[in-house]
Amino acid sequence: MRFARRDNRLSESRLTFLQWGIAVAFLALISGFWQLQIFNPAYYSRLAERNHIKNLRMPAPRGRILDRYNRVLVDNYPSFSIVTQWEVGQSLQAHLPAIATGLEQDPEQLAERVKTARARVPRQAIVVQENATFRDIAFVESHRVEYPELDLVSEPRRLYPRAGFAAHLFGYISEISERELELPDMESLKPGDLIGKSGIERQYNSVLQGQTGVRRVIVNSRGGEMEPLDEAFPTSGRDLRLTIDYDLQEVAEQKFRGDKGALVALDPRTGEILALVSRPTFDLNLFARGIPVEEWRRLVADPQNPLLNRAIQAQLAPGSIYKILLATAALEAGTVDETTTHYCSGGGTFYGRYFRCWKKGGHGRIGFHRAIVQSCDVFFYNLGKDLGIDRIYEYSTYLGLGRKTGIDLPGEQPGLMPSPQWKQKLFHERWYPGETISLAIGQGALTTTPLQMAFSFGGIASGGYFARPHLISWKDMEALGLEIPSPTEFRLPLREQTVALVTDGLYGVVNEGGGTGRRARIQGLDVGGKTGTAQVASLQASAKDDTLKDNAWFVGLAPRRNPEIVVVALYEGGEHGYLAAPVVREVIKAYFDKKEDSEFQYAQESGAGEDVAVGRFVSEPGG
Amino acid sequence: MGKYVSLKDFDWLLLVLLLLISALGVVEIYSTTAHTRFAGAHVKQIYWILLGVSLMFLVCRYDYHDLLNHIPLIYILTLVALVALLLLGSDISGARRWIRVGGFSFQVSEGVKLAIILLLARFFSESHEERVSLPELAMVFLAVGVPGVLVAMQPDLGTALTLLPIVMVTLFLAGMRWRYFGMLLLAGLMILPVGLHFMRPYQKARIVTFMHPEQDPQKAGYQLLQSKIAVGSGQLWGKGTAQGTQTQLWFLPEPHTDFIFAAYAEEHGFLGVLFALLLYLFVLMRLVHNAKNAPDAGGMFIIGGIVAVLSFQILVNIGMVVGYAPVTGIPLPLMSYGGSSVLFVFLSMGLVNSVRVRRFVN
Repeated sequence: MRFARRDNRLSESRLTFLQWGIAVAFLALISGFWQLQIFNPAYYSRLAERNHIKNLRMPAPRGRILDRYNRVLVDNYPSFSIVTQWEVGQSLQAHLPAIATGLEQDPEQLAERVKTARARVPRQAIVVQENATFRDIAFVESHRVEYPELDLVSEPRRLYPRAGFAAHLFGYISEISERELELPDMESLKPGDLIGKSGIERQYNSVLQGQTGVRRVIVNSRGGEMEPLDEAFPTSGRDLRLTIDYDLQEVAEQKFRGDKGALVALDPRTGEILALVSRPTFDLNLFARGIPVEEWRRLVADPQNPLLNRAIQAQLAPGSIYKILLATAALEAGTVDETTTHYCSGGGTFYGRYFRCWKKGGHGRIGFHRAIVQSCDVFFYNLGKDLGIDRIYEYSTYLGLGRKTGIDLPGEQPGLMPSPQWKQKLFHERWYPGETISLAIGQGALTTTPLQMAFSFGGIASGGYFARPHLISWKDMEALGLEIPSPTEFRLPLREQTVALVTDGLYGVVNEGGGTGRRARIQGLDVGGKTGTAQVASLQASAKDDTLKDNAWFVGLAPRRNPEIVVVALYEGGEHGYLAAPVVREVIKAYFDKKEDSEFQYAQESGAGEDVAVGRFVSEPGG
Repeated sequence: MGKYVSLKDFDWLLLVLLLLISALGVVEIYSTTAHTRFAGAHVKQIYWILLGVSLMFLVCRYDYHDLLNHIPLIYILTLVALVALLLLGSDISGARRWIRVGGFSFQVSEGVKLAIILLLARFFSESHEERVSLPELAMVFLAVGVPGVLVAMQPDLGTALTLLPIVMVTLFLAGMRWRYFGMLLLAGLMILPVGLHFMRPYQKARIVTFMHPEQDPQKAGYQLLQSKIAVGSGQLWGKGTAQGTQTQLWFLPEPHTDFIFAAYAEEHGFLGVLFALLLYLFVLMRLVHNAKNAPDAGGMFIIGGIVAVLSFQILVNIGMVVGYAPVTGIPLPLMSYGGSSVLFVFLSMGLVNSVRVRRFVN
């Protein structure tokens, strides 16, 4: 028989061997499936889900910021961002150059951006282009198949109608930092979310912040959206009404000429801030669009420090405006009364050292009232000497110096009220009596913020009623469910006589002959005020430079007793010091103009023809 | 002697197992293609299966000894076809594997496998050596090497590789000594670098990817990863027919051909996998059983070679799905969509039955 040769027994045993071999191989296969499907099924199920379920975040618009009459100060506008989804296996890296070309970006920069974003938040959508133009959107839509990882996300952005307007007050928003993510009130936020970083935006972030929505869709491997799964709509943040009066803010912004300084206006009856300006300012819209790194570095490195809110953070010697606090203290202590006179020969010797009056010829024999009106230094040297440093420290602290007013803005500074204890502790030196003399005219180690001065003047003129400055009315705070800070006010038992004498002095400064604040005078209005010029102590600088570096203050209030408005202007660096009184006058005038004529709206009257220091309108949000 | 064959002796159990597997394949092809441009492929597959079954019965009636007698002619025709294919074949995605006859395209390499099985069966059933001698070994490698290289040049590395298990299993069944296998293994290891040198870049990439899948998340590594995700997310029960997200949303590559078992595993879970694997195992066991009962050595070698091809294809394809084997274009017998593959399986089953029904004849 052909084809029949072979040892059957050998073949049969080898066939059996083959059978076993196949069986073992199948067992190995089964164990492979066991490992994938049974041993750790959640792992691959999660991967499968991540493959085909796309989470599209829908950022919520932040609440708007309104003025006290519900006029919109800060708004939002719709914008689209182009993001790339992190998808398993889809090589974004390979597409980047083409995507960069399509979006008219520098490929290297884009690659860098994706790299850093990915390192920071793995498996999150990465924004590759904010404020997408119609061209960009068209590019994404027409390349759905080629670049399925690209997506459009509607992202409402902050719109600050005018560049630089109340920038320090509103504050900027920016992406949440890793540290902030760990804070308890930020726990619902995700990397990439925008939060307030300064000013109102930060202070009331919990009110303004909306709830990001998520849309989940099923996509295929080419990024095509097959069907929606579910949708959690974004909830916008709540609107926030400030105590700011748009008209007064507008006047202050426009009339504040000069490149460095601050202005704050408040209603001392309630503590409500009516206007708050700081210079130099910056364009918040830069932040709304996602500020470029160079731009940010430039802002931070700027020696003028534009990010500083000088109204609450500039701590400078108050100069002569401090005399009002000292006069109040001396009257209360009884070391002076309206009959007290001192002789001013243009200076005087105290504790073996000669102290000059600002007026070279001297004021001659001068009484309490005229000393305030003419701001006679010698009179106040004597006042300080008679009162003594301990009482000066005690009363000044009562009047608000050396401590925060408690305004609802982050970063308020307390200023410094010096004392022998302070000096001993810090410098291990005793207090020289001569320092008391310098202190009497607001020089030396004493520093205050503009807000502090408004607070203090308001309290004195209101007969010792000090209302905590704030930007959200107590009523609104309650309505928003916020905790009202405590205390909201405190009272100093100032004698009526004290208040009358001091406020009459303030009136005289503005309205009487020889008054230093005549520039603040308004016909028919009971305006009081006080000027101040503080030398910036600098041993190296020449005398001439010193005057150049003087800081100029003006505090104005009206009416003189129980005022409705207190305005403080600070000009740093001297050049524009003469402007302090006029800008305060403008704000006070606007306040009363408005009161008389309820239709009056400065904010809308102001035309483009005005010489506007800042007031650039941001015409095209997309550009 | 061929006149006494009876359909009563036909392996009906084997046919039932084959049809069950084919049915699983048809359902999965339907599921993977329903919403794609391949929609309707499952109907074509049914036609192929019906054609295959008919061929099987036809071949079964034909005496395999006649085939063994005509081996020289079959061998030469095979070589001619392969050369012709290299020169004239239709280019499909860069590879010349197909010959068009009328409206159909056939993959010639499927025929090469059968030719080699028959060639080796005749060679060893006529050998006068008790065990395999070295000259015989050399002749075998020469005879298989020539068509093997021609297939590899198409380039169809998968089929060329399939020839290797046929040779090995036949040598094994022919009683080759273990130390010769050791020598072959050594020789293979030494030739490997040369072989790598002649590989196409994508073929090399597949090997590299198999070793380090994470290095290539885009192409072969992507396929492997997506396959594992599909399998793993199927869990115990599977996501249901036409419910697999990996399959239905096109994450899984080639879901109706090379990766059909991954799609099957995703939609029918571990239990479905177990069922299918047991069916395959039963088929192979049944085949070996038939080999044991073959009337002569020729028949035994034929079935042995077929077992070698099928086991190799099943193990490599399903192994690929779970990441045990590199990504190759080797289809899963009976489940993967494709006429050539289906026809090959049923033709070879016809041969098996041709042997089986003659077991009592001599």
